[in-house]
Amino acid sequence: MSGKVSEHKLTQLKALEAESIHIIREVVAEFRNPVMLYSVGKDSSVLLHLARKAFYPAPLPFPLLHVDTGFKFKEMYEFRDNYCKEVGADLIVRRNEEAIARGMNPKDHGVARCCGALKTQGLLEALEEGEYDAAFGGARRDEERSRAKERVFSMRDEFGQWDPKNQRPELWNIYNGRIHEGESVRVFPISNWTEMDVWLYIREEKIPIVPLYFAKERLMVERKEMLIPYYEEMKDQLLEGEEPKLVMSRFRTLGCSPCTGAVRSDASNMDEIVIEAAAARRSERETRIIDHGSNSMEDKKKEGYF
Amino acid sequence: MTELNIKMTKEIELLRLVTVGSVDDGKSTLIGRLLVDTKGAFEDQLLAVRKKKGQEQHIASASEIDLAMLTDGLSAEREQGITIDVAYRYFATPKRKFIMADCPGHEQYTRNMVTGASTASAAIILIDARNGVMPQTKRHTHILGLLGIPHLIVAVNKMDLVGFDQATFEKIREDMSAYCAKQGIKDLICLPMSALDGDMVAVRGDNMGWYEGETLLETLENLSVLDAVDQKPFRFPVQLVNRPQTADLPDYRGFMGTIVSGTVRVGDEVVAVPSGNTSTVKEIVTFDGNLEEAFAPQSVTLTLNDEIDVSRGDMLTHVGEKAKDSKELRANVCWIGNEPLSERKKYLLKHNTNTVKAMVTQIDFKTDIHTLEHEEDAAELAMNEIGRISFKLLKPLHYDTYAENRATGSFILIDTFTNNTVGAGMIV
Repeated sequence: MSGKVSEHKLTQLKALEAESIHIIREVVAEFRNPVMLYSVGKDSSVLLHLARKAFYPAPLPFPLLHVDTGFKFKEMYEFRDNYCKEVGADLIVRRNEEAIARGMNPKDHGVARCCGALKTQGLLEALEEGEYDAAFGGARRDEERSRAKERVFSMRDEFGQWDPKNQRPELWNIYNGRIHEGESVRVFPISNWTEMDVWLYIREEKIPIVPLYFAKERLMVERKEMLIPYYEEMKDQLLEGEEPKLVMSRFRTLGCSPCTGAVRSDASNMDEIVIEAAAARRSERETRIIDHGSNSMEDKKKEGYF
Repeated sequence: MTELNIKMTKEIELLRLVTVGSVDDGKSTLIGRLLVDTKGAFEDQLLAVRKKKGQEQHIASASEIDLAMLTDGLSAEREQGITIDVAYRYFATPKRKFIMADCPGHEQYTRNMVTGASTASAAIILIDARNGVMPQTKRHTHILGLLGIPHLIVAVNKMDLVGFDQATFEKIREDMSAYCAKQGIKDLICLPMSALDGDMVAVRGDNMGWYEGETLLETLENLSVLDAVDQKPFRFPVQLVNRPQTADLPDYRGFMGTIVSGTVRVGDEVVAVPSGNTSTVKEIVTFDGNLEEAFAPQSVTLTLNDEIDVSRGDMLTHVGEKAKDSKELRANVCWIGNEPLSERKKYLLKHNTNTVKAMVTQIDFKTDIHTLEHEEDAAELAMNEIGRISFKLLKPLHYDTYAENRATGSFILIDTFTNNTVGAGMIV
């Protein structure tokens, strides 16, 4: 017996990986029509990678759903199309066309309203249209204090809404996937991962990510302590005194381009990103405009946002 | 952080913890303290809960922060000043990564405490030094004992409010030791602390020189996490059958699942239950290549050398180490449903990947959590009550007792009408 136990020790990353694969398979076994939300960000990349591992050598048994606001960075669209093709994933792209046609944007309508229409509403409509009874998401409990309260299998009523005061108890690794007609479940296989785990895993597994995560000199506008990437189309939207300049920078998290800031950084490879993440004093979501405000994430989640 | 450090960070162990206790004993404060002292919380998260809104963009000391607000993440919780649901928190030291389930203290939310505790390897039971052992402390300790949590740490908090008095601490230690001895819990660590000031959490402080044990953080770093689950009999509940049916793999048939205990090697003779058919392991398949050997808790795919009937809900074991099988079960049950459990009622019982219909044939007894005495003529089990229940099953279940194997000895009960999870069962 001696020495045997330590030989069989799983590192914490491998233990997290095994737990996530277990969850993903359990959903495919218990639900009729699951879908995996794919936002093109680093957590999505990890989620997709875990799903490929879960069903190897078979292809993914569910499609990917990207709820597109039309405001993503162009590097994200390129990456999405190339990578999904490369791994043979069935990608569905859905947009809230009605809101987009009416010109919904964060500048004129406010960040909360824009997000509510293009992301939350877009998501709920896409889930309803596809008649999905389970939707995988890459949310992590360490991201934000209301997300810290999420179950792995998180019930949504027939309106797609979350009731944080009435969550199903979740015991051991036995997940209850039984729902009524019209209800659905959001499933978070990487709930127990931290930002650091995600970076370590991406580094370890050599998972491709959008190049925006790596530092290089980019044209940026400085606005209220945030670094906003500058594109030619923004010319008329510059405020007084603002002038685009080249800044060595990268993104810690990727959302819509008007609402996601970059950080000053020299981290241009995975080792440097891991080192930078370990030393970070601020959370990654600090660069997301929508998260600021006392209960904003919880309120959005109740409405149906992830 | 250097290359060497990256490697170490990747390879550290994981310890799952739960914190429990009565209302207002300072759980949220303790967790806030642990997060601040291990740098598990970021500056912007700390600034959001600082007591006085200041202009400075940095927090100089933990006393500037409302520690409890850091963890009470729901607006209803902040509104009422109580914790309603489990919050999961993450922090790490150079030795370990910790996943901590912060559980509510209110009696009405006991079920959320069971949720948080079911996966834990260690528990911190908080006690307010001024109040001593409360009914809720006993309830929680009893549940932790039933759940078989390997390590219990009693943290006697708010020592600053009793003048750091050693006698007060010793009295609580004796009371808890006596209560735990009654139900056979031996491995108990007691330590005094002040979560608010930080004494004995991450640093010793100057106020309790009379206590010679480790700080809480040292204790957590040094607990043994070896439960030798890989040394137990091989148990492989089948989640799904993998049949790609692609041009390259027209006849491929793999059994996907998580090894919940034990070790499996290529060539091992295995038996599938309930069919009883045997075969040998042909391949252990993973995305990263085939393995010669796999062990708990890895998630893998197994292929066999014979075409035998195996589907979801079945279990593969080694031939000489079969699980028990029966259509009748007795189990300790924590009732977490709104409507009481009663005799003759039918539920769905989910055990690993297998769901079967189950009927309550008898409530053997209900446990009085204060005295631990058995009430033998109970007609029902109300929410948050605990008892010994006998079940009859529609189909035989393949299981081990909970004491032998937490994974194959546990189950949940699901109400067929509401679909809610209403019971947590531990097979005896």
